[in-house]
Amino acid sequence: MFPHPPLFFHRFEVAKTRMTDDSSDAGGEYEREPVPESALLGSGKFWGMYAGEHAAGTEFMIGPLFLAAGASLSDLLIGLLLGNFLAVLTWRFLVTPIAMAKRLTLYYQLERIAGVSLVKFYNLVNGLLFCFLAGAMVTVSASAVGVPFGITFDVPDAMFGLSNGSFTGLVVIVGVVIAVVAAGGYDRVAKFANLAAPWMIAVFAACGIVSLGQMNLTTAASLAEGRFWSDAITFVQDKNGAQSFEFWQIVVFAWLCNGAMHFGMADLSIFRFAKHKASGWAPSIGMFLGHYMAWIAAALMLAALIKIQPALALGPDGKVTANPGLLAYESLGWAGIICVVIAGWTTANPTIYRAGLAFQGVIPGSARAAMTLVAGAIATVAGAFPNLSAQLLGFVGVYGTVLGPMGAVIFVDFYLMKRFGLRDDYAHHSKTTANLAVLIAWLLPVAVGLYLIYWRGLFAAYAVLPCWIACGIIYIVLSKLTQSTTELAMAADGAATSTMENQ
Amino acid sequence: MMPTTMKIASVIMLTLVVLPCFGFWMGGLSLPAVKWLALAGTVGWFAVTPIWMGRPTGTEQTASGD
Repeated sequence: MFPHPPLFFHRFEVAKTRMTDDSSDAGGEYEREPVPESALLGSGKFWGMYAGEHAAGTEFMIGPLFLAAGASLSDLLIGLLLGNFLAVLTWRFLVTPIAMAKRLTLYYQLERIAGVSLVKFYNLVNGLLFCFLAGAMVTVSASAVGVPFGITFDVPDAMFGLSNGSFTGLVVIVGVVIAVVAAGGYDRVAKFANLAAPWMIAVFAACGIVSLGQMNLTTAASLAEGRFWSDAITFVQDKNGAQSFEFWQIVVFAWLCNGAMHFGMADLSIFRFAKHKASGWAPSIGMFLGHYMAWIAAALMLAALIKIQPALALGPDGKVTANPGLLAYESLGWAGIICVVIAGWTTANPTIYRAGLAFQGVIPGSARAAMTLVAGAIATVAGAFPNLSAQLLGFVGVYGTVLGPMGAVIFVDFYLMKRFGLRDDYAHHSKTTANLAVLIAWLLPVAVGLYLIYWRGLFAAYAVLPCWIACGIIYIVLSKLTQSTTELAMAADGAATSTMENQ
Repeated sequence: MMPTTMKIASVIMLTLVVLPCFGFWMGGLSLPAVKWLALAGTVGWFAVTPIWMGRPTGTEQTASGD
């Protein structure tokens, strides 16, 4: 009934995280070779994994942010539906075919195309972004832990402003605990995350239903009227100032908030195990449970709190604050608080673990536990600034903008290089450690995208797709200009000589 | 037999989390009762489910299967 395969999930996670392990196929994870036929898995495994992976601590934060940003209810319901559908199509038709054809991890494919040094740099960037994501989880968990102790969750105006002293202290405690557990190993956390996933989905649904009851929305007519939603938006805008979040922003956000996973091809590492193309539809369960039902349920919690106890929705500065712990407590009591803590913890832990492995790959010889603690420290510092988690809608767009374009490199290398008479897997064949064409094709659009986001106020998720397309075009143009046939011939000669000597 | 019974028990625990919410929504249950039942379902879920979830099946041991 609950298709949660911990061993399989663990394999995925190890594959996704052991980014720079040079050992050949250590532990049977097929990190540097195609997954053999005997290790392929049926579609059911993928459905189970995606169901759990996208019901996370961030959903408690993101849902209320839609309301706080002024999204209309109809735009939210239809926009999320369309955006999530587009995300599922992207997984199915962009990621799955390449994953099943090559059956290699993203990191090994990138190493063959971009070179080992460039992959290490990519890992460093990836690790830092993971730390900020984990920081948001730490904030979410701390917000729930603080509820029984009466510790309030204040969001200061300044991006790098601290909350009150008690909350900051709580963030440090929660962050240290999460980092120490992550440093101790991954297995138990992964198994516990799988155990908790179905229950978390149930709690999300329960919170949404209770919120509807709290607002006396017991008929289809009262729901369709949407007065509860527009009243809540009016309340938020009175306190926080006017904001808008348009239909297409919702669509593009829902589509691209996991841009690093589908457009960025991170999930090649998952779908390389797929036996059938139909496995590519599996993300739909994660999208429609985690990014549809859970987001809407979490938004309803804020709407209910505003209707029933508006004073509780306000921070000390008189502005509406989405406090995930308080929202869940008001809806479902202790079960809600436990859910927020566990949702934050089970997401932060593997994220810090992944970041630690990324850092370990950058500094050869360093201890994994030490690097995990470094990642945990960075995440804790990030978690101490509540505005970073309050800006989660923007952050996930930046995350996709920075990491997504590398997927275009994979796409171009797979579909177009040979058609243009160019060498695929160029770094592998030319024995270079950093393919300049990839480096420039990645960083140039990302730099422009970040400039537009931070200096021109572009909605972050809007930058993902243009950067992806620009990266692909620049990569193929630069490859045409830089690929050296002499270099390839020399590398081929060297390989042939080496083979003869070995014989 | 044992895992099947435990799986059914897990379903009942999840039902304890979700079903009373509908009762509250329709006006048949008080919110405090819903919160206590959800907590009971939560404790029950984490007590019962580890007994069967995570045990490798024959399919998983061979790392294949559909």
